[in-house]
Amino acid sequence: MTAAVAARRPVWSRPYLLVGILAAWIALWIAFRGQATLPLDGAELTPLHARIGEAADVVDNNRDSNPIFLYFFNYVRLFIDEFVTFVQALISRPSFGRPVPVVGWLGVVGLAAAVALLYGNLRVALLTVAGFVSFGLLGLWEESMDTLALTLAAVLLSLAAGIPLGIWAGLNDRFDRLVTPVLDFMQTMPTFVYLAPLTLVFLIGPASATVATMIYAIPPAIRITSHAIRQVPKETVEAGASLGSTPWQLLAKVRLPLAKRTIVVGVNQTIMAALSMVTIAALIDAPGLGKTVLKALETLDVGTSFNAGLAIVIMAIVLDRVTSAAGRRVEDARRAGRAHRPLRRRIQVGAVLAVAAVLVYLSHVYVWAAEFPGEADVGSFVRKGADAASQWAQTNLFATTNGLKNLITYGLLNPFEAVLTDSPWWLVLAVVTATALVVAGVRVAAVCAVCVALLVALGLWQDSMVTLAATLVATVLVMALGIVIGVWIGRDDRADRVIRPVLDAGQTMPAFVYLVPILGLFGATRFTAIIAAVVYAAPVAIKLVADGIRGVSTAAVEAATAAGSSTWQIISRVQVPMARGAVTLAAGQGLCYVLAMVVVGGLVGAGALGYDVVSGFSQLQLRGKGLAAGLAIVVLGTMLAAITKALQRRGVRKSPVTGV
Amino acid sequence: MRVSRIARPRTAVLVAAVGLLASACAGAKVGESPSASGTADPAKKACGAVNLAINPWVGYEANAAVIAYVAEKELGCQVTKKDLKEEVAWQGFATGEVDAIVENWGHDDLKKKYIEQQQVAVETGSTGNKGVIGWYVPPWMAEKYPDITDWKNLDKYADLFKSSESGGKGQLLDGDPSFVTNDAALVKNLKLNYKVVYAGSEAALITGFRQAEAQKKPMIGYFYEPQWFLAEVKLVKVNLPAYTEGCDADAAKVACDYPPYELDKIVSKKFADSGSPAYQLVKNFTWTNDDQNLVAKYISEDKMSAEDAAKKWVEANPDKVKAWLPTG
Repeated sequence: MTAAVAARRPVWSRPYLLVGILAAWIALWIAFRGQATLPLDGAELTPLHARIGEAADVVDNNRDSNPIFLYFFNYVRLFIDEFVTFVQALISRPSFGRPVPVVGWLGVVGLAAAVALLYGNLRVALLTVAGFVSFGLLGLWEESMDTLALTLAAVLLSLAAGIPLGIWAGLNDRFDRLVTPVLDFMQTMPTFVYLAPLTLVFLIGPASATVATMIYAIPPAIRITSHAIRQVPKETVEAGASLGSTPWQLLAKVRLPLAKRTIVVGVNQTIMAALSMVTIAALIDAPGLGKTVLKALETLDVGTSFNAGLAIVIMAIVLDRVTSAAGRRVEDARRAGRAHRPLRRRIQVGAVLAVAAVLVYLSHVYVWAAEFPGEADVGSFVRKGADAASQWAQTNLFATTNGLKNLITYGLLNPFEAVLTDSPWWLVLAVVTATALVVAGVRVAAVCAVCVALLVALGLWQDSMVTLAATLVATVLVMALGIVIGVWIGRDDRADRVIRPVLDAGQTMPAFVYLVPILGLFGATRFTAIIAAVVYAAPVAIKLVADGIRGVSTAAVEAATAAGSSTWQIISRVQVPMARGAVTLAAGQGLCYVLAMVVVGGLVGAGALGYDVVSGFSQLQLRGKGLAAGLAIVVLGTMLAAITKALQRRGVRKSPVTGV
Repeated sequence: MRVSRIARPRTAVLVAAVGLLASACAGAKVGESPSASGTADPAKKACGAVNLAINPWVGYEANAAVIAYVAEKELGCQVTKKDLKEEVAWQGFATGEVDAIVENWGHDDLKKKYIEQQQVAVETGSTGNKGVIGWYVPPWMAEKYPDITDWKNLDKYADLFKSSESGGKGQLLDGDPSFVTNDAALVKNLKLNYKVVYAGSEAALITGFRQAEAQKKPMIGYFYEPQWFLAEVKLVKVNLPAYTEGCDADAAKVACDYPPYELDKIVSKKFADSGSPAYQLVKNFTWTNDDQNLVAKYISEDKMSAEDAAKKWVEANPDKVKAWLPTG
């Protein structure tokens, strides 16, 4: 069967082909079960793993004599260290011989509100004030400022490097093709893998933490900037060129202004990515809220870690809303033409900045404005509340949750995992390639075949299959939630307003905060890992589906209503099919987010690749294996992304609504 | 500043802020209060900076808290605590960013690499704490099935420990991969009908035992002493075939219990050669498991900060502290 044949077949035959593949798989599985399954014990290494470990040792031993380290990395480290220390001196650390930072709490609140007001609007400015004051009320002002300082520094450096690179990638196809796989790699490689080596290169301190954060935060800045530059209509650029603009003028006067709104989206994504690294960076001594979370985990102190997690969520929501508002404002300004009433705007800016300056001055000079007053201690209530809730849930819900766990594990996960892990590797190779051929064509099939072969070569075949099984089960659950809740809040604005902050919290609350409660509810099992992944990934899927449902033309819905369709019919026959593009996109994104949680899963009983990565981080001899496991996760991600992207392209072609 | 001309909602914010400014230009100034000046006693400046690694468990933190407290109060050192996992902390000896690790569990591989090969670290003797590693069951099980503490009877109870993860065998739960475990080899070599399930973190292990005791659910898993959780639930150790010198020489063939661990302290070569009084303190530091458990309890159960917990213990044990201080 060739791709050409598959492509010419009418669409309805695809499901039959897939069923055929599945049937053949099961039949061959029964025949060859348990052969060529390539198992590897927990402490066992393949020669490849040993070699990777040795390679790491070589770097280790030559660090002091190698000129690249002596000059290049050391200066990079010095620069970043100085930069971060400077930002910390401004807002979070006693500095310049003073017992407090240069700018105290009142000044920080004033500055943040001023920025929100000038780039966003009054609503987000008020939100900013409320959010920042709540850090103090939770009793976490200093920790929050440490986190903010590190995040700001990492974001600024990411943007300083990422936006120019993104512009380059936007203008130059070859560079874009070159950089895209590197960015994919940076985003899917688990941080645990490179955390320990980073401290060898950049030492223990702000530089390592910042670089770790940047590796994860810079890809969206580059990607989205490139995308933004490419989006600028060709005609506009050509018009500019025909008027005799130089390439530089075209960039500065035509492309960048038109791309500005999308670039702001990139800034937003960069900030969110940086914030998601707060807890992980704390593993190498990054100061701030992440440390509070990790410390609390040592004593299983759910309340304290929830309190700190809440501060991270609040920070994420504030920064997200402010940058989103800034993006909308750029858009509005563009639509309205040149900035209107410049004088009035200038007076506003001047006044706002003056007030902020006064607040900064006060907080620099007076103790009451420098140190957050400690009397209003909301934190202890939050801590007690979270503790009580977690305790209650673990005591009273265990029977139910344990039943759910067993149902899904025995009913779905175990059979699926058995088929994957007990099949000979060549059978899985054949099945994956055939499936990719049917649903996505010959190129994707080739990519998948190479990926499966790489998994075999990495020596972690069986672990990869266990992780793949859990990943797919988690994605199914994510999509079930995504469609049900997405349709609900996509149709009901009031529900959306209530649910959306919960979704934001799910996305930004560090997993380390809810590890203990979910461990209490589900035990140290693969299912617990799946739950952690669902908590993190479902919000994205829900939001995308909801956006898709909203994008369905009202005319279509009204026509269906007029024709006497019931609500259920409208949803199932009109809205969901028309939002198909959004649903496949949600599946793709959901999958990426699930994969990002593989390592966290390794901390709660998932075993397999996640555990391999964690052990590589903790045991010297297992370093090579951990790295190989990280690579295996990247390979799994590449394979699954190739398939979902092909599905998206198909979905978009077929779907009448291409809104997403 | 005239802002009243701008008739927009923003005015409200400005007015509020100006009002705040007008009413609040009073109060203590930064740098005026006595607490603002440095706290170190100028007479004891000889110590300088000390970088203590803080490995992520409470017992370690108890050691570090007490050492840091004494170093700061008695010797006038500036102690910087760095929260690091073990492997990264050892790397810190090589990069010069860690001076001391004050509770080390074995780690012969790291000793070989950093002490023998790179020669950037040296051993400075025992902390006085005895580490025990082994298989534990919750107390209710030891009470109900008294013979479960003998490994020979484990197979009899394997069915109790079945779980969704153990594929029909009894589940033996392992925790944080930082800890050396021979459990897979042990199960194999003792021919037990069990499967090792890797929970992946200490939190998973403790939550498991906590739930097992509270809900009277069967559980057997890898655990260790001294550990703060044992004060909450007194887990009972299962006796594996007794440890004899060298019975664990071949990791693949281990069929005996874990050796008793003499927990020790490791410092960087640089720090040892510096002649800092803090080095003498670290070298002399030794206390009992009970001492550590007490401070660990202050931190974990009573939720005291590490500093307060150390202060409380130091003030109650002046004689022990005195013995650690450098002589002369």
